[in-house]
Amino acid sequence: MTLLCLKGFSVRRGGKCVLRGVDLSIEAGEVVGLIGPNGAGKTTLMRAALGLIPSEGYSSLAALPARERGRNAAWMPQAREIAWPVRVETLIRLGRTPYLGAGQKLTDADHRAVDRAIGRMDLGDYRQRVATQLSGGEQARVLIARSLAQEAPLLMADEPTAGLDPAHQIATMQSFAALATEGKSVLVSLHDLGMAARHCTRLVILGQGGIAADGPARAVLTPDLIKAAFGISAHLEDTPNGIIFQPLEVLQ
Amino acid sequence: MSRLALTLWAIVAALFTVSLLIGPAEATIGHSLRALVAGDGGPMTVVMREIRLPRALLAVLIGGSLGLAGAAMQGYLRNPLADPGLIGVSGSAALGAVISIQTGLAAAFFLALPLMALVGALTGVLLVLLLAGPRGSSLALILAGIAISAFAGALTSLVLNLSPNPYAASEIVFWMMGSLADRSMLHVWISLPLIVLGAGLLATLSRGLDALTLGEDAAEAMGVNLTRLRLSVILGTAAVVGASTAVAGAIGFVGLVMPHLLRGFVQARPGALLWASTLGGAGMILAADILVRVVIPERDLKLGVVTALVGAPLFLHLIYRTRRSGL
Repeated sequence: MTLLCLKGFSVRRGGKCVLRGVDLSIEAGEVVGLIGPNGAGKTTLMRAALGLIPSEGYSSLAALPARERGRNAAWMPQAREIAWPVRVETLIRLGRTPYLGAGQKLTDADHRAVDRAIGRMDLGDYRQRVATQLSGGEQARVLIARSLAQEAPLLMADEPTAGLDPAHQIATMQSFAALATEGKSVLVSLHDLGMAARHCTRLVILGQGGIAADGPARAVLTPDLIKAAFGISAHLEDTPNGIIFQPLEVLQ
Repeated sequence: MSRLALTLWAIVAALFTVSLLIGPAEATIGHSLRALVAGDGGPMTVVMREIRLPRALLAVLIGGSLGLAGAAMQGYLRNPLADPGLIGVSGSAALGAVISIQTGLAAAFFLALPLMALVGALTGVLLVLLLAGPRGSSLALILAGIAISAFAGALTSLVLNLSPNPYAASEIVFWMMGSLADRSMLHVWISLPLIVLGAGLLATLSRGLDALTLGEDAAEAMGVNLTRLRLSVILGTAAVVGASTAVAGAIGFVGLVMPHLLRGFVQARPGALLWASTLGGAGMILAADILVRVVIPERDLKLGVVTALVGAPLFLHLIYRTRRSGL
Protein backbone atom coordinates (compact mmCIF):
# COMPACT_ATOMS: atom_id res chain seq x y z
CA MET A 1 0.00 0.00 0.00
CA THR A 2 1.36 3.44 -0.90
CA LEU A 3 1.33 5.81 2.10
CA LEU A 4 2.83 8.83 0.39
CA CYS A 5 3.14 9.59 -3.29
CA LEU A 6 4.77 12.69 -4.75
CA LYS A 7 4.75 13.26 -8.52
CA GLY A 8 6.42 16.17 -10.31
CA PHE A 9 6.50 17.90 -6.93
CA SER A 10 8.03 21.39 -6.81
CA VAL A 11 8.27 23.96 -4.02
CA ARG A 12 9.18 27.63 -4.30
CA ARG A 13 10.16 29.64 -1.25
CA GLY A 14 10.65 33.38 -1.53
CA GLY A 15 10.82 33.26 -5.33
CA LYS A 16 13.56 30.61 -5.28
CA CYS A 17 12.89 27.09 -6.47
CA VAL A 18 13.91 24.88 -3.53
CA LEU A 19 12.69 21.57 -4.94
CA ARG A 20 11.90 20.73 -8.55
CA GLY A 21 10.23 17.68 -10.09
CA VAL A 22 10.53 15.39 -7.08
CA ASP A 23 9.04 11.89 -7.47
CA LEU A 24 8.86 9.88 -4.28
CA SER A 25 6.67 7.12 -3.05
CA ILE A 26 6.65 5.43 0.33
CA GLU A 27 5.14 1.98 0.74
CA ALA A 28 3.96 0.29 3.93
CA GLY A 29 6.67 -1.15 6.19
CA GLU A 30 9.51 1.24 5.35
CA VAL A 31 11.79 3.43 7.45
CA VAL A 32 12.94 6.03 4.95
CA GLY A 33 15.84 8.24 6.02
CA LEU A 34 15.85 11.66 4.40
CA ILE A 35 19.41 12.96 4.33
CA GLY A 36 21.16 15.91 2.76
CA PRO A 37 23.26 18.94 3.70
CA ASN A 38 21.81 22.03 5.44
CA GLY A 39 19.43 23.87 3.14
CA ALA A 40 18.89 20.89 0.82
CA GLY A 41 15.14 21.11 1.49
CA LYS A 42 14.47 18.19 3.83
CA THR A 43 12.09 20.13 6.07
CA THR A 44 10.58 21.94 3.08
CA LEU A 45 9.88 18.62 1.34
CA MET A 46 8.09 17.18 4.36
CA ARG A 47 6.07 20.32 5.15
CA ALA A 48 5.03 20.77 1.52
CA ALA A 49 4.12 17.09 1.18
CA LEU A 50 1.75 17.59 4.13
CA GLY A 51 0.28 20.68 2.49
CA LEU A 52 1.52 23.05 5.21
CA ILE A 53 3.20 25.27 2.60
CA PRO A 54 2.15 25.84 -1.03
CA SER A 55 3.58 23.55 -3.70
CA GLU A 56 3.12 22.54 -7.31
CA GLY A 57 2.62 19.02 -8.58
CA TYR A 58 0.91 16.10 -6.85
CA SER A 59 1.11 15.05 -3.21
CA SER A 60 -1.26 12.33 -2.04
CA LEU A 61 -1.32 13.81 1.51
CA ALA A 62 -1.73 17.49 0.60
CA ALA A 63 -4.72 16.48 -1.54
CA LEU A 64 -6.63 15.18 1.52
CA PRO A 65 -8.99 17.27 3.71
CA ALA A 66 -7.22 18.51 6.86
CA ARG A 67 -8.63 16.06 9.42
CA GLU A 68 -8.39 13.12 7.04
CA ARG A 69 -4.73 13.98 6.51
CA GLY A 70 -4.23 14.12 10.27
CA ARG A 71 -5.35 10.48 10.46
CA ASN A 72 -3.10 9.46 7.58
CA ALA A 73 0.14 11.14 8.58
CA ALA A 74 1.60 12.32 11.88
CA TRP A 75 4.05 15.21 11.76
CA MET A 76 6.75 15.95 14.29
CA PRO A 77 8.28 19.35 13.48
CA GLN A 78 11.90 20.14 14.22
CA ALA A 79 10.98 23.08 16.49
CA ARG A 80 10.16 21.40 19.78
CA GLU A 81 7.48 23.72 20.89
CA ILE A 82 5.63 23.29 24.18
CA ALA A 83 3.89 26.59 24.79
CA TRP A 84 2.30 25.94 28.20
CA PRO A 85 3.40 24.06 31.33
CA VAL A 86 0.97 21.18 30.71
CA ARG A 87 1.33 17.62 32.05
CA VAL A 88 3.18 15.11 29.86
CA GLU A 89 0.07 12.96 29.57
CA THR A 90 -2.05 15.95 28.46
CA LEU A 91 0.50 16.77 25.79
CA ILE A 92 0.63 13.22 24.43
CA ARG A 93 -3.19 13.11 24.35
CA LEU A 94 -3.11 15.99 21.86
CA GLY A 95 -2.01 13.38 19.30
CA ARG A 96 -5.61 12.15 19.27
CA THR A 97 -6.89 15.53 18.00
CA PRO A 98 -7.60 14.33 14.41
CA TYR A 99 -9.95 11.63 15.72
CA LEU A 100 -12.12 13.84 17.90
CA GLY A 101 -15.16 15.86 16.88
CA ALA A 102 -16.06 19.18 18.48
CA GLY A 103 -16.48 18.76 22.24
CA GLN A 104 -15.95 14.98 22.05
CA LYS A 105 -14.11 13.32 24.94
CA LEU A 106 -11.33 10.77 24.50
CA THR A 107 -12.70 7.23 24.06
CA ASP A 108 -11.19 4.05 25.52
CA ALA A 109 -9.50 3.43 22.17
CA ASP A 110 -7.90 6.89 22.37
CA HIS A 111 -6.64 6.22 25.91
CA ARG A 112 -5.17 2.90 24.78
CA ALA A 113 -3.35 4.64 21.90
CA VAL A 114 -1.93 7.18 24.37
CA ASP A 115 -0.82 4.38 26.71
CA ARG A 116 0.89 2.53 23.84
CA ALA A 117 2.77 5.69 22.83
CA ILE A 118 3.86 6.29 26.43
CA GLY A 119 5.02 2.68 26.63
CA ARG A 120 6.98 2.87 23.38
CA MET A 121 8.90 5.96 24.48
CA ASP A 122 9.35 4.60 28.02
CA LEU A 123 7.63 7.60 29.62
CA GLY A 124 5.52 5.77 32.21
CA ASP A 125 7.14 7.62 35.12
CA TYR A 126 6.68 10.98 33.43
CA ARG A 127 2.88 11.03 32.97
CA GLN A 128 2.18 13.60 35.68
CA ARG A 129 5.37 15.66 35.20
CA VAL A 130 5.13 19.19 33.81
CA ALA A 131 6.38 19.03 30.22
CA THR A 132 8.13 22.42 30.20
CA GLN A 133 10.22 21.47 33.24
CA LEU A 134 11.80 18.46 31.51
CA SER A 135 15.22 18.53 29.84
CA GLY A 136 15.44 19.10 26.08
CA GLY A 137 15.99 15.40 25.37
CA GLU A 138 13.08 14.37 27.58
CA GLN A 139 10.86 16.92 25.85
CA ALA A 140 11.89 15.44 22.49
CA ARG A 141 10.82 11.98 23.68
CA VAL A 142 7.49 13.36 24.89
CA LEU A 143 6.91 15.00 21.51
CA ILE A 144 7.81 11.79 19.68
CA ALA A 145 5.30 9.99 21.92
CA ARG A 146 2.71 12.62 20.94
CA SER A 147 3.22 11.88 17.25
CA LEU A 148 3.15 8.12 17.95
CA ALA A 149 -0.18 8.53 19.80
CA GLN A 150 -1.62 9.79 16.53
CA GLU A 151 -1.18 6.18 15.25
CA ALA A 152 -1.24 7.30 11.63
CA PRO A 153 0.00 4.89 8.93
CA LEU A 154 2.83 7.32 8.11
CA LEU A 155 4.98 9.17 10.62
CA MET A 156 7.04 12.09 9.37
CA ALA A 157 9.66 13.28 11.83
CA ASP A 158 12.10 16.14 11.34
CA GLU A 159 15.35 15.35 13.14
CA PRO A 160 13.67 13.55 16.02
CA THR A 161 16.95 12.27 17.46
CA ALA A 162 18.78 15.62 17.68
CA GLY A 163 19.74 16.28 21.28
CA LEU A 164 19.00 12.74 22.54
CA ASP A 165 21.56 10.64 24.39
CA PRO A 166 22.90 7.61 22.44
CA ALA A 167 20.63 5.12 24.19
CA HIS A 168 17.50 7.13 23.42
CA GLN A 169 18.65 7.84 19.85
CA ILE A 170 18.94 4.12 19.24
CA ALA A 171 15.71 3.39 21.11
CA THR A 172 13.87 5.96 18.98
CA MET A 173 15.18 4.47 15.73
CA GLN A 174 14.28 0.99 17.00
CA SER A 175 10.74 2.10 17.81
CA PHE A 176 10.50 3.40 14.23
CA ALA A 177 11.69 0.00 12.99
CA ALA A 178 9.03 -1.64 15.19
CA LEU A 179 6.37 0.56 13.56
CA ALA A 180 7.60 -0.66 10.16
CA THR A 181 7.19 -4.30 11.16
CA GLU A 182 3.57 -3.45 12.06
CA GLY A 183 3.00 -2.27 8.49
CA LYS A 184 3.36 1.44 9.19
CA SER A 185 6.03 3.63 7.68
CA VAL A 186 8.32 6.39 8.85
CA LEU A 187 9.92 9.23 6.90
CA VAL A 188 12.64 10.66 9.07
CA SER A 189 15.17 13.38 8.33
CA LEU A 190 18.55 12.76 9.93
CA HIS A 191 21.97 14.38 10.07
CA ASP A 192 23.67 11.39 11.68
CA LEU A 193 24.51 9.33 8.59
CA GLY A 194 25.78 6.41 10.68
CA MET A 195 22.42 6.22 12.41
CA ALA A 196 20.63 6.55 9.07
CA ALA A 197 22.73 3.79 7.46
CA ARG A 198 22.12 1.43 10.35
CA HIS A 199 18.43 1.87 11.09
CA CYS A 200 16.71 2.90 7.85
CA THR A 201 15.46 0.42 5.29
CA ARG A 202 15.96 3.01 2.59
CA LEU A 203 17.79 6.34 2.21
CA VAL A 204 16.87 9.36 0.10
CA ILE A 205 19.57 11.99 -0.49
CA LEU A 206 18.35 15.49 -1.28
CA GLY A 207 20.68 17.80 -3.17
CA GLN A 208 20.63 20.43 -5.94
CA GLY A 209 16.86 20.90 -5.72
CA GLY A 210 15.89 17.28 -6.13
CA ILE A 211 16.48 13.67 -5.17
CA ALA A 212 20.14 12.83 -5.77
CA ALA A 213 19.86 9.17 -4.80
CA ASP A 214 17.18 6.82 -3.51
CA GLY A 215 17.69 3.24 -2.39
CA PRO A 216 19.09 0.94 0.29
CA ALA A 217 21.98 2.33 2.38
CA ARG A 218 24.59 0.21 0.56
CA ALA A 219 23.54 1.66 -2.84
CA VAL A 220 23.19 5.26 -1.71
CA LEU A 221 26.21 5.80 0.53
CA THR A 222 28.80 5.36 -2.23
CA PRO A 223 31.96 7.51 -2.09
CA ASP A 224 30.91 9.45 -5.22
CA LEU A 225 27.38 10.22 -4.02
CA ILE A 226 28.62 11.13 -0.53
CA LYS A 227 31.24 13.42 -2.00
CA ALA A 228 28.75 15.08 -4.36
CA ALA A 229 26.06 15.59 -1.72
CA PHE A 230 28.02 16.38 1.43
CA GLY A 231 31.59 17.13 0.24
CA ILE A 232 33.08 14.59 2.63
CA SER A 233 34.84 11.25 2.52
CA ALA A 234 33.66 8.36 4.65
CA HIS A 235 34.39 4.84 5.72
CA LEU A 236 31.69 2.25 5.10
CA GLU A 237 31.94 -1.35 6.21
CA ASP A 238 29.58 -4.30 6.36
CA THR A 239 30.10 -6.09 9.64
CA PRO A 240 28.29 -8.92 11.39
CA ASN A 241 26.75 -6.14 13.51
CA GLY A 242 25.32 -4.32 10.51
CA ILE A 243 26.55 -1.40 8.44
CA ILE A 244 29.16 0.87 10.05
CA PHE A 245 29.35 4.30 8.44
CA GLN A 246 31.82 6.89 9.70
CA PRO A 247 32.37 10.28 8.01
CA LEU A 248 36.11 10.99 7.80
CA GLU A 249 37.06 14.40 6.43
CA VAL A 250 35.94 17.37 4.39
CA LEU A 251 36.95 17.23 0.72
CA GLN A 252 37.95 20.43 -1.03
CA MET B 1 -18.41 19.12 37.13
CA SER B 2 -14.95 19.62 38.54
CA ARG B 3 -14.23 21.19 41.91
CA LEU B 4 -12.85 24.30 40.23
CA ALA B 5 -16.02 24.75 38.17
CA LEU B 6 -18.22 24.34 41.25
CA THR B 7 -16.12 26.81 43.24
CA LEU B 8 -16.15 29.41 40.47
CA TRP B 9 -19.90 29.05 39.89
CA ALA B 10 -20.52 29.39 43.63
CA ILE B 11 -18.35 32.53 43.81
CA VAL B 12 -20.13 34.11 40.83
CA ALA B 13 -23.59 33.22 42.23
CA ALA B 14 -22.70 34.61 45.68
CA LEU B 15 -21.23 37.84 44.29
CA PHE B 16 -24.22 38.25 41.96
CA THR B 17 -26.58 38.04 44.92
CA VAL B 18 -24.49 40.47 46.98
CA SER B 19 -24.41 42.85 44.02
CA LEU B 20 -28.23 42.78 43.90
CA LEU B 21 -28.50 43.57 47.61
CA ILE B 22 -26.19 46.60 47.73
CA GLY B 23 -27.42 50.10 47.15
CA PRO B 24 -28.50 53.32 48.79
CA ALA B 25 -32.13 52.11 48.98
CA GLU B 26 -32.39 50.54 52.41
CA ALA B 27 -34.25 47.24 52.34
CA THR B 28 -33.96 43.86 53.99
CA ILE B 29 -32.58 40.95 51.98
CA GLY B 30 -35.95 39.23 51.92
CA HIS B 31 -37.76 42.37 50.84
CA SER B 32 -35.25 43.08 48.07
CA LEU B 33 -35.41 39.58 46.60
CA ARG B 34 -39.21 39.44 46.91
CA ALA B 35 -39.46 42.77 45.11
CA LEU B 36 -37.20 41.46 42.35
CA VAL B 37 -38.87 38.10 41.78
CA ALA B 38 -42.53 38.63 42.65
CA GLY B 39 -42.76 42.32 41.83
CA ASP B 40 -45.01 44.22 44.23
CA GLY B 41 -45.28 47.23 41.93
CA GLY B 42 -43.69 49.41 44.62
CA PRO B 43 -40.53 51.53 44.38
CA MET B 44 -38.32 48.62 45.52
CA THR B 45 -39.35 46.59 42.46
CA VAL B 46 -38.28 49.46 40.22
CA VAL B 47 -34.96 49.75 42.07
CA MET B 48 -34.29 46.02 41.85
CA ARG B 49 -35.46 45.43 38.29
CA GLU B 50 -34.27 48.61 36.61
CA ILE B 51 -31.18 49.65 38.56
CA ARG B 52 -29.58 46.74 40.40
CA LEU B 53 -30.46 43.83 38.12
CA PRO B 54 -29.04 45.38 34.92
CA ARG B 55 -25.93 46.41 36.83
CA ALA B 56 -25.31 42.89 38.14
CA LEU B 57 -26.14 41.31 34.75
CA LEU B 58 -23.75 43.66 32.95
CA ALA B 59 -21.01 42.87 35.47
CA VAL B 60 -21.40 39.15 34.67
CA LEU B 61 -21.61 39.70 30.90
CA ILE B 62 -18.68 42.10 30.69
CA GLY B 63 -16.47 40.33 33.21
CA GLY B 64 -17.11 37.01 31.47
CA SER B 65 -16.39 38.60 28.08
CA LEU B 66 -13.08 40.07 29.18
CA GLY B 67 -11.98 36.87 30.92
CA LEU B 68 -12.93 34.70 27.94
CA ALA B 69 -11.35 36.98 25.35
CA GLY B 70 -8.17 37.22 27.43
CA ALA B 71 -7.86 33.43 27.67
CA ALA B 72 -8.56 33.00 23.94
CA MET B 73 -6.03 35.68 22.98
CA GLN B 74 -3.32 34.25 25.24
CA GLY B 75 -4.02 30.74 23.96
CA TYR B 76 -3.90 31.80 20.34
CA LEU B 77 -0.75 33.90 20.65
CA ARG B 78 0.79 31.40 23.10
CA ASN B 79 1.82 34.35 25.18
CA PRO B 80 0.76 34.93 28.80
CA LEU B 81 1.13 38.69 28.32
CA ALA B 82 -1.53 38.96 25.62
CA ASP B 83 -4.63 40.97 26.44
CA PRO B 84 -7.94 41.32 24.61
CA GLY B 85 -7.13 45.00 24.05
CA LEU B 86 -4.15 43.93 21.99
CA ILE B 87 -6.03 43.79 18.70
CA GLY B 88 -7.12 47.41 19.05
CA VAL B 89 -10.85 46.81 19.57
CA SER B 90 -11.17 48.51 22.95
CA GLY B 91 -9.16 51.52 21.74
CA SER B 92 -11.26 52.00 18.62
CA ALA B 93 -14.52 51.42 20.53
CA ALA B 94 -13.44 54.10 23.00
CA LEU B 95 -12.71 56.47 20.12
CA GLY B 96 -16.24 55.95 18.75
CA ALA B 97 -17.72 56.67 22.16
CA VAL B 98 -15.53 59.74 22.69
CA ILE B 99 -16.59 61.19 19.34
CA SER B 100 -20.25 60.70 20.27
CA ILE B 101 -19.73 62.58 23.56
CA GLN B 102 -17.72 65.35 21.91
CA THR B 103 -20.19 65.97 19.10
CA GLY B 104 -23.11 66.07 21.52
CA LEU B 105 -24.72 63.03 19.88
CA ALA B 106 -24.60 61.17 23.16
CA ALA B 107 -26.52 63.92 24.90
CA ALA B 108 -29.09 64.19 22.11
CA PHE B 109 -29.82 60.49 21.77
CA PHE B 110 -29.16 58.17 24.64
CA LEU B 111 -28.17 55.12 22.57
CA ALA B 112 -25.76 57.13 20.42
CA LEU B 113 -22.79 56.41 22.69
CA PRO B 114 -22.90 52.60 22.72
CA LEU B 115 -23.84 52.47 19.03
CA MET B 116 -20.99 54.78 18.02
CA ALA B 117 -18.63 52.69 20.17
CA LEU B 118 -19.76 49.56 18.30
CA VAL B 119 -19.16 51.32 14.98
CA GLY B 120 -15.68 52.23 16.25
CA ALA B 121 -14.98 48.63 17.30
CA LEU B 122 -16.14 47.31 13.93
CA THR B 123 -13.98 49.80 12.03
CA GLY B 124 -11.01 48.91 14.22
CA VAL B 125 -11.33 45.17 13.69
CA LEU B 126 -11.81 45.57 9.93
CA LEU B 127 -8.64 47.68 9.73
CA VAL B 128 -6.71 45.10 11.79
CA LEU B 129 -7.92 42.29 9.52
CA LEU B 130 -6.98 44.34 6.47
CA LEU B 131 -3.51 45.08 7.85
CA ALA B 132 -2.73 41.64 9.24
CA GLY B 133 -4.32 39.65 6.41
CA PRO B 134 -6.80 36.81 6.89
CA ARG B 135 -4.09 34.15 7.26
CA GLY B 136 -0.94 35.98 8.25
CA SER B 137 1.27 35.20 11.24
CA SER B 138 0.38 36.00 14.84
CA LEU B 139 3.17 38.60 14.85
CA ALA B 140 1.47 40.49 12.01
CA LEU B 141 -1.74 40.47 14.09
CA ILE B 142 0.03 41.87 17.16
CA LEU B 143 1.73 44.60 15.13
CA ALA B 144 -1.51 45.55 13.35
CA GLY B 145 -3.32 45.63 16.72
CA ILE B 146 -0.66 47.86 18.29
CA ALA B 147 -0.76 50.20 15.29
CA ILE B 148 -4.56 50.52 15.40
CA SER B 149 -4.56 50.95 19.20
CA ALA B 150 -1.94 53.67 18.96
CA PHE B 151 -3.81 55.44 16.17
CA ALA B 152 -7.16 55.24 18.00
CA GLY B 153 -5.41 56.51 21.15
CA ALA B 154 -3.90 59.42 19.22
CA LEU B 155 -7.27 60.37 17.74
CA THR B 156 -8.91 60.15 21.18
CA SER B 157 -6.25 62.52 22.54
CA LEU B 158 -6.85 64.82 19.57
CA VAL B 159 -10.58 64.97 20.35
CA LEU B 160 -9.80 65.78 23.99
CA ASN B 161 -7.18 68.31 22.95
CA LEU B 162 -9.53 70.19 20.62
CA SER B 163 -12.50 69.97 22.96
CA PRO B 164 -13.72 73.56 23.44
CA ASN B 165 -15.95 72.47 26.27
CA PRO B 166 -14.38 71.43 29.59
CA TYR B 167 -17.53 69.56 30.61
CA ALA B 168 -17.35 67.35 27.55
CA ALA B 169 -13.63 66.79 28.22
CA SER B 170 -14.21 65.72 31.81
CA GLU B 171 -17.17 63.55 30.78
CA ILE B 172 -14.90 61.83 28.25
CA VAL B 173 -12.17 61.25 30.82
CA PHE B 174 -14.64 59.80 33.33
CA TRP B 175 -16.32 57.64 30.69
CA MET B 176 -12.96 56.18 29.65
CA MET B 177 -12.30 55.00 33.21
CA GLY B 178 -15.11 52.49 32.83
CA SER B 179 -18.19 52.15 35.00
CA LEU B 180 -21.41 50.21 35.42
CA ALA B 181 -23.27 52.97 37.25
CA ASP B 182 -26.66 54.11 35.89
CA ARG B 183 -26.90 51.42 33.23
CA SER B 184 -30.36 50.15 32.27
CA MET B 185 -31.78 46.93 30.87
CA LEU B 186 -31.49 48.58 27.46
CA HIS B 187 -27.70 48.41 27.81
CA VAL B 188 -28.04 44.72 28.58
CA TRP B 189 -30.12 44.20 25.43
CA ILE B 190 -27.61 46.12 23.27
CA SER B 191 -24.62 44.14 24.42
CA LEU B 192 -26.20 40.72 24.95
CA PRO B 193 -26.59 39.57 21.31
CA LEU B 194 -23.02 40.50 20.38
CA ILE B 195 -21.58 38.97 23.55
CA VAL B 196 -23.53 35.74 23.04
CA LEU B 197 -22.41 35.60 19.40
CA GLY B 198 -18.76 36.31 20.19
CA ALA B 199 -18.66 33.99 23.19
CA GLY B 200 -20.23 31.24 21.06
CA LEU B 201 -17.47 31.70 18.51
CA LEU B 202 -14.70 31.69 21.13
CA ALA B 203 -16.13 28.68 22.96
CA THR B 204 -15.63 26.50 19.85
CA LEU B 205 -11.87 27.11 19.91
CA SER B 206 -11.04 24.89 22.88
CA ARG B 207 -9.58 21.97 20.91
CA GLY B 208 -7.70 24.14 18.42
CA LEU B 209 -6.10 26.19 21.20
CA ASP B 210 -5.06 22.98 22.99
CA ALA B 211 -3.43 21.71 19.78
CA LEU B 212 -1.63 25.04 19.33
CA THR B 213 0.38 24.18 22.47
CA LEU B 214 2.54 22.17 20.06
CA GLY B 215 3.03 25.10 17.66
CA GLU B 216 1.26 26.17 14.50
CA ASP B 217 2.86 23.53 12.26
CA ALA B 218 1.99 20.55 14.44
CA ALA B 219 -1.54 21.86 15.09
CA GLU B 220 -2.21 22.34 11.38
CA ALA B 221 -0.87 18.88 10.58
CA MET B 222 -3.33 17.44 13.12
CA GLY B 223 -6.21 18.90 11.14
CA VAL B 224 -6.70 22.23 12.93
CA ASN B 225 -7.81 24.90 10.46
CA LEU B 226 -5.55 27.78 11.50
CA THR B 227 -7.16 30.34 9.17
CA ARG B 228 -10.57 29.70 10.69
CA LEU B 229 -9.16 29.63 14.22
CA ARG B 230 -7.46 32.99 13.74
CA LEU B 231 -10.56 34.57 12.22
CA SER B 232 -12.71 33.22 15.07
CA VAL B 233 -10.31 34.59 17.69
CA ILE B 234 -10.30 38.04 16.08
CA LEU B 235 -14.04 38.29 15.38
CA GLY B 236 -15.07 36.67 18.68
CA THR B 237 -12.81 38.96 20.69
CA ALA B 238 -13.97 41.99 18.71
CA ALA B 239 -17.63 41.13 19.36
CA VAL B 240 -17.36 40.57 23.12
CA VAL B 241 -14.82 43.32 23.86
CA GLY B 242 -16.47 45.81 21.49
CA ALA B 243 -19.88 45.25 23.11
CA SER B 244 -18.37 45.44 26.62
CA THR B 245 -16.49 48.66 25.94
CA ALA B 246 -19.57 50.15 24.29
CA VAL B 247 -21.71 49.84 27.42
CA ALA B 248 -19.14 50.09 30.21
CA GLY B 249 -16.09 51.94 28.91
CA ALA B 250 -12.54 50.63 28.96
CA ILE B 251 -11.97 48.16 31.80
CA GLY B 252 -8.42 46.88 31.92
CA PHE B 253 -6.48 44.06 33.54
CA VAL B 254 -9.32 41.52 33.79
CA GLY B 255 -8.45 39.84 30.50
CA LEU B 256 -4.76 39.89 31.38
CA VAL B 257 -4.86 38.78 35.01
CA MET B 258 -7.70 36.24 35.07
CA PRO B 259 -6.18 33.66 32.68
CA HIS B 260 -2.90 34.03 34.58
CA LEU B 261 -4.54 33.51 37.95
CA LEU B 262 -6.47 30.39 36.90
CA ARG B 263 -3.92 28.74 34.58
CA GLY B 264 -2.46 26.64 37.38
CA PHE B 265 -5.90 25.31 38.36
CA VAL B 266 -6.55 23.82 34.89
CA GLN B 267 -3.03 22.37 34.51
CA ALA B 268 -2.29 25.12 31.96
CA ARG B 269 -4.63 23.60 29.33
CA PRO B 270 -5.61 26.57 27.13
CA GLY B 271 -8.96 25.01 26.17
CA ALA B 272 -10.08 24.45 29.76
CA LEU B 273 -8.85 27.93 30.65
CA LEU B 274 -11.54 29.42 28.39
CA TRP B 275 -14.52 28.62 30.65
CA ALA B 276 -12.53 29.00 33.87
CA SER B 277 -11.38 32.49 32.89
CA THR B 278 -14.92 33.41 31.81
CA LEU B 279 -16.29 32.60 35.28
CA GLY B 280 -13.27 34.20 36.97
CA GLY B 281 -13.69 37.40 34.96
CA ALA B 282 -17.38 37.58 35.83
CA GLY B 283 -16.48 37.18 39.51
CA MET B 284 -13.75 39.82 39.34
CA ILE B 285 -16.00 42.50 37.78
CA LEU B 286 -18.85 41.67 40.19
CA ALA B 287 -16.43 42.01 43.11
CA ALA B 288 -14.90 45.24 41.79
CA ASP B 289 -18.34 46.73 41.18
CA ILE B 290 -19.35 45.85 44.75
CA LEU B 291 -16.16 47.50 46.05
CA VAL B 292 -16.89 50.63 44.04
CA ARG B 293 -20.25 50.96 45.80
CA VAL B 294 -19.09 50.00 49.28
CA VAL B 295 -15.75 51.79 49.74
CA ILE B 296 -16.65 55.39 48.95
CA PRO B 297 -20.23 55.35 47.66
CA GLU B 298 -20.53 59.15 47.66
CA ARG B 299 -17.54 59.76 45.34
CA ASP B 300 -18.50 57.62 42.29
CA LEU B 301 -15.29 55.61 42.17
CA LYS B 302 -14.82 54.24 38.63
CA LEU B 303 -14.81 50.50 37.99
CA GLY B 304 -11.83 50.55 35.61
CA VAL B 305 -9.77 52.34 38.27
CA VAL B 306 -10.51 49.62 40.81
CA THR B 307 -9.76 46.73 38.44
CA ALA B 308 -6.44 48.36 37.57
CA LEU B 309 -5.64 49.07 41.25
CA VAL B 310 -6.39 45.46 42.17
CA GLY B 311 -5.10 43.94 38.94
CA ALA B 312 -1.69 45.57 38.74
CA PRO B 313 -0.34 44.36 42.12
CA LEU B 314 -1.88 40.95 41.47
CA PHE B 315 -0.06 40.85 38.17
CA LEU B 316 3.22 41.85 39.81
CA HIS B 317 2.77 39.07 42.34
CA LEU B 318 2.15 36.57 39.53
CA ILE B 319 5.27 37.69 37.69
CA TYR B 320 7.26 37.26 40.89
CA ARG B 321 5.83 33.77 41.43
CA THR B 322 6.45 32.81 37.80
CA ARG B 323 10.05 33.97 38.05
CA ARG B 324 10.59 31.96 41.21
CA SER B 325 9.25 28.75 39.70
CA GLY B 326 11.71 29.26 36.85
CA LEU B 327 9.13 29.23 34.13
